[in-house]
Amino acid sequence: MLFWLLLAVNSITMGGLLFLLSAGFSLIFGLMRIPNLMHGSFFMLGAYLGATFLARGMNFWAAALLSAAAMVVIGGLIERFLLRRLAGQDLAQVLLTLGLSFVVADLCLMVWTGDPIQPPTPPGLAGAFRAFGMFFPIFRLAIVAIAVVVAVALWLMIERTRLGAMIRAGVDDPAIARVMGIKVSQLFTLIFCLGAGLAAFAGVIGAPYLSIYPGLDADMLPLALIIVILGGAGSLAGALLGSFIIGFLYNFGQALFPDLAYVILFLPMLLILVLRPQGLFGRVG
Amino acid sequence: MTIRRRTVLKGMLASTAMVAAPAVLRAQGAPFKIGLLTVKTGPLAQGGIQMEQGIQTLLKEKGSTLAGRKVELIVADTGGNPAGAKTKAQELVERDSVNVILGPLAAFELLAITDYVREHTTPLISLAAAEDVTQRHANPWVVRPSATSGQCSHAMGDYAAKDMGLKRMATISEDFAFGHEQVAAFQRTFEDAGGKVVRKLWPPLVTPDYTPFIAQIGDVDGVFTGFAGSNPVKFMRAYADLGLKGSIPLTGGWTAMDDALLKSLGDEAVGVVSAHFYSPTIDTPSNARFVEAMAKDYQVVPGGYSAGMYIAGQCVEGALEKAGDKAGDKEAFMEALRTVQLTDTPRGPVAFDEYGNIVGNVYIRKCERKDGALVNTIIKTYPDVSQFWTYDPAEFLKNPVYSRDFPPAKNLE
Repeated sequence: MLFWLLLAVNSITMGGLLFLLSAGFSLIFGLMRIPNLMHGSFFMLGAYLGATFLARGMNFWAAALLSAAAMVVIGGLIERFLLRRLAGQDLAQVLLTLGLSFVVADLCLMVWTGDPIQPPTPPGLAGAFRAFGMFFPIFRLAIVAIAVVVAVALWLMIERTRLGAMIRAGVDDPAIARVMGIKVSQLFTLIFCLGAGLAAFAGVIGAPYLSIYPGLDADMLPLALIIVILGGAGSLAGALLGSFIIGFLYNFGQALFPDLAYVILFLPMLLILVLRPQGLFGRVG
Repeated sequence: MTIRRRTVLKGMLASTAMVAAPAVLRAQGAPFKIGLLTVKTGPLAQGGIQMEQGIQTLLKEKGSTLAGRKVELIVADTGGNPAGAKTKAQELVERDSVNVILGPLAAFELLAITDYVREHTTPLISLAAAEDVTQRHANPWVVRPSATSGQCSHAMGDYAAKDMGLKRMATISEDFAFGHEQVAAFQRTFEDAGGKVVRKLWPPLVTPDYTPFIAQIGDVDGVFTGFAGSNPVKFMRAYADLGLKGSIPLTGGWTAMDDALLKSLGDEAVGVVSAHFYSPTIDTPSNARFVEAMAKDYQVVPGGYSAGMYIAGQCVEGALEKAGDKAGDKEAFMEALRTVQLTDTPRGPVAFDEYGNIVGNVYIRKCERKDGALVNTIIKTYPDVSQFWTYDPAEFLKNPVYSRDFPPAKNLE
């Protein structure tokens, strides 16, 4: 019983972190029509930057926000000066993001060396929550709360603001949106910045329990990819549902069928691709 | 015997970088070329960078002159994959004509080039742990100055049962050959000494969160972990976060608590007991020099990868001394290498067995916090441990190689 409870709670906390990672990925995918293969790199680079700020004695949350802000700028530069030059060439853009992800990985190795870094859990959230004879780290519960806040904020922005309406229009039909006078290319930059910032924020928040190490980018990217294929590109609700599905599949799959851990993660993706290629909540056909 | 004595004297004098006069004369010939296969990019780079630091430290200490011969180091980055290892090994042998190769880092890289070095009769000194390279498929061109996968965990199993008095243990390690072999060796000695391994957990190599596995550890009085790379850091934090640290003692293989990893760990590591072929606190003259130089040049506490390469360099020196003028001949150099015996290395005295694997001390260490920093304090030394532990080599080799299923786990619950 305890075992199941622990797994269930852990699935939810992991889902929360995955949502922070994949929300931006989903919006970029939905709007720009390309899987941003350097999304894992944003996550890792953000985590490294955050760890550096932390090592200088900065407050945990300030470090997370500052790292996110730095990544917004970096993301903006990449979109403006690199991706923009290849506008309309999807394959070239995907390859560019892939190439950049290798560049970022080796730059991180040079700057932060290969030694794993595990920042301490922020003070105040360090302990374990004890209930039903089970320990549960408070920090992970806090991650769920943060994910919920971010999800609500993003939902309000997408569904209730003019900007959100433009983004939705861009996702649904970029050509018509342009005709209507919406500057879709500016939306591209905005969403790319937002996605990069969110990924970096998730990287810092996740660091105390995932730790930061070379290869973290490649570990996280496939998870974001599965979630977005499951949930549907461009859909926040899809990213949210996908994150929790993967959180549960991951935890229960690894506990019950460890040999099939990857099969269990990728099988639903395969089924979705065959039966409902646009994803559960997909707008893009 | 004279050679051994000379090695000892050299070791003592080497910090002054003074070499005997006849040796200086010999140094004027063509340099002896050492090729280093290491990993400087990608996820395995952490260990690879340490390997390069280890051999560079030795060469700096000796003024790039080993046994009176000028030595040239050629570093190749395999990228941490078998294809890269093969390509770089070919470059080192065919383009650079190296006399000896040090490395590679990972077992799958080593397996990708063992046939190649045999065909091209090139001596190879590797740190990678794959058991059969010095057992059932022993390669006359390979020696290993670090340890087989099971060499340290044999000792850990023995210690856990006899000294820690543990009865029922769970094991957890990555689901790949190095993990399988470590756990199998641990299980064998632990159960031979009366313990029972009641649960074996195998997380995939890439596991973002170990909670689902830690939740399955269940009712045991000890856990053995064989994690490598950056995984121990993640695992130990989760283990402590879930409240197990205080109640179930943790033991580990050498990669799980390598001293180079300590700076990435926090209080969660205090109290962990591990078995390792090296420790920076070992009291030998060469280790004192090595630890000091690593701190000065790289600001790090050395671990098994850098110490392993420093020792590999000492083995090259020993073999050069033995082979004398014939060192340029690969056969003669290899023969000398396989019979090298060193009394002063950072890990203590070492020699190779007839299969090319090292026989040396294994240290049981307990992690403590001293003056704010984490230290692995040696609490017991198993002297001259061979890859076969105390088993008869012929009997040992009749069994299949250690794996997930061998020896069979009869006490699982």
